[in-house]
Amino acid sequence: MYKIVTKKELALKEKLFEVEAPDIAAKAQPGQFVILIIGEKGERVPLTICGYDREKGTVSFAFHEVGKTTKELGILNEGDSIENLTGPLGNPSEIKKYGKVLCVGGSIMIAPLLLQVKAMIEAGNEVTTVLGSRIAEALFMEDEAKAMSKELYLATDDGSKGYKGLDFLKQLLETEKFDRCVVMGPVVMMKAVSEITKPFGIPTIVTLTPIMIDGMGMCGVCRVTVGGKMLFGCVDGPEFDGHKVDFDELIHRQRLFLPEERLNSELWELGGCSCGRSQA
Amino acid sequence: MAEAKPKPKIKKEAIEMPKQEPKARVKNFNEVALGYDEEQALEEASRCLQCVKPQCVVGCPVEVPIPEFIKCLREKKYAEGIATIKAKNALPAVCGRVCPQEEQCQVKCVMGKIGHPVSIGRLERYLADWEREHGFQLPEKGKPTGKKVAVVGAGPAGLTVAADLVKLGHDVTMFEALHLAGGVLVYGIPEFRLPKKIVQNEVNYIQKLGVDLRLGNLIGRTHTIPELMKNGYEAFFIGSGAGLPQFMDLPGENLGGIYSANEFLIRVNLMKAYNFPDYDTPIRIGKHVVVIGGGNVAMDCARSSMRLGASVCLLYRRSREELPARKEEIENAEEEGLVCKFLAAPLRFIGDEKGWVKAMDCECMELGPPDASGRRRPVPIKGSEFTMETDTVIIAIGQTPNPIIQRTTEGLVVNPKHGTIIVDENGKTSLDGVYAGGDVATGAATVISAMGMGKKAAKSMHEYLQNKK
Repeated sequence: MYKIVTKKELALKEKLFEVEAPDIAAKAQPGQFVILIIGEKGERVPLTICGYDREKGTVSFAFHEVGKTTKELGILNEGDSIENLTGPLGNPSEIKKYGKVLCVGGSIMIAPLLLQVKAMIEAGNEVTTVLGSRIAEALFMEDEAKAMSKELYLATDDGSKGYKGLDFLKQLLETEKFDRCVVMGPVVMMKAVSEITKPFGIPTIVTLTPIMIDGMGMCGVCRVTVGGKMLFGCVDGPEFDGHKVDFDELIHRQRLFLPEERLNSELWELGGCSCGRSQA
Repeated sequence: MAEAKPKPKIKKEAIEMPKQEPKARVKNFNEVALGYDEEQALEEASRCLQCVKPQCVVGCPVEVPIPEFIKCLREKKYAEGIATIKAKNALPAVCGRVCPQEEQCQVKCVMGKIGHPVSIGRLERYLADWEREHGFQLPEKGKPTGKKVAVVGAGPAGLTVAADLVKLGHDVTMFEALHLAGGVLVYGIPEFRLPKKIVQNEVNYIQKLGVDLRLGNLIGRTHTIPELMKNGYEAFFIGSGAGLPQFMDLPGENLGGIYSANEFLIRVNLMKAYNFPDYDTPIRIGKHVVVIGGGNVAMDCARSSMRLGASVCLLYRRSREELPARKEEIENAEEEGLVCKFLAAPLRFIGDEKGWVKAMDCECMELGPPDASGRRRPVPIKGSEFTMETDTVIIAIGQTPNPIIQRTTEGLVVNPKHGTIIVDENGKTSLDGVYAGGDVATGAATVISAMGMGKKAAKSMHEYLQNKK
């Protein structure tokens, strides 16, 4: 069992847990993820690591309450435990001195992006950060980002805070030269940013979050097409060259089980299903 | 062997194992074979000739003393019988169910020459099930040696090694990457062939022997073998299996509704997707499933699909004679309604407007000269293309070892072609004190062959540890 030591409300339906997991904390690197199982009947859910404290033996991850499991997680509190946490999984990010790095984070992936920002700065890079979300209320960690980055830009889909959409990035790239771009966020955002950076020839790394089960190369449900080749998100990634990823296929594959996910989520909203588990 | 007494007449036919009827069983995930009752077990046991030079034992990869345990069973000394098996085989309830006895112990049985061989597997299962109902006894353990051993992977090979070494007094830690122990026994073999509570029971037994089981611990990531060496582990056994699914590299393979056998079986077995939404992991299955492949894994996928309500066609590129699956499994599957299409292979998958598979183009094959495996090679017949409608495809064409340990253990020599770890006949790898066995060394094979290799490796590891200062 893995005890939750800190619970933070990041924004609307967006939460962060710091969990006791000394083995994972000892090895975790930016870019890696954990697989979480909430209980005996739970699914295996991959979550990107957004922090670790090797001395305390804790690891942190953030989640957006969108499906059954994340909603169920959301009602857990400090002191509660999670049945199983496996990791760290996936390849660590390539952190080294590139020069000027543009870090773009969206929605819940803002949390792990900031771990990346920190690591990039520690490696001697000058980092410009962009945080985006659907609406102003879903943005978080702006202060942390501002404190670390040379420059911080905010953007929302509806323009309720910062720029409206990501088009401003084009102007930014025309005036400023970047040596590398890191994007962590919803697939549509990673696709959009990759399309913007491509003409400028900026190497762009995206963190893919396909459906996963085992997260260690066994099932192949996370297969993605990168540069025309089939690769596994879990063991070949999760970071890939954004200019080579077939994003449309990924968007499609992420939605394969949407009806089932919705059903399960709705049953949960109704107060648990017939199995006796409930929100109580 | 001169005996004065007239011998009682021995029944030539084996006692049939009661089974769920096909029509009923295809609607549930309960175990198909129901097991002998006491009377049936005693009657079947009476057919054993108690050979002086038993050939059955020669056929058994883990050398279970078969005539001895059957003798105990006959005399109703059940506890003694199961102890006799367990001295050699830590997983009798599993082996009694999934071993291909017809190719191993039973094929050598003298009774086979005049009728049916003795149903050794069924008798093994009877004793194992008897023990589960009556509580298991722990064997005596050797004096603690103070030597730390790491077993990587809690599948059939790893469980065998762990049990053997802990009984010899070593301090055994077993690292399992998944959240449940059992390896292929829990994620691969379906409930209706091997109930998961039976696997759990065997795992409990091994834990009670004193093995420290660490779940959710992926060696290569959570820890590495070189790190564990520094932490005082003196010998290692890698039994990480063949977990990497093979795909066909055909157009349309990433459409919705196309599963690897591993994904399908992990959803259904490990995650219990057949109980969705009681369990959280879903499975989507259409009406017309095509399973590509012909091994036991393909049969497991086909039979699971039928239980989820689909009609299933097996597409195999060779003919019935070359099917690698156990004959019993093919018969079971066909009784349940499996349709087989032989000598055909897919060319491409075709999707509907929503990106789900709706059909596949295939071509017919004929058998050419034998290939490296000794089986006749399938050769495409020109102009024989045809289209098959389908809404779910399961690709069951084999698995290869997961490379994560190999990549993180410097000096471990791996077969570049198959990704398997190279070992000698005792399971020794290129690294001192590091052994490997099961599918990671052989490529995908059977549960019992993995256990047999585990057995040999454990023996060799014990010698290694004793000779180490």
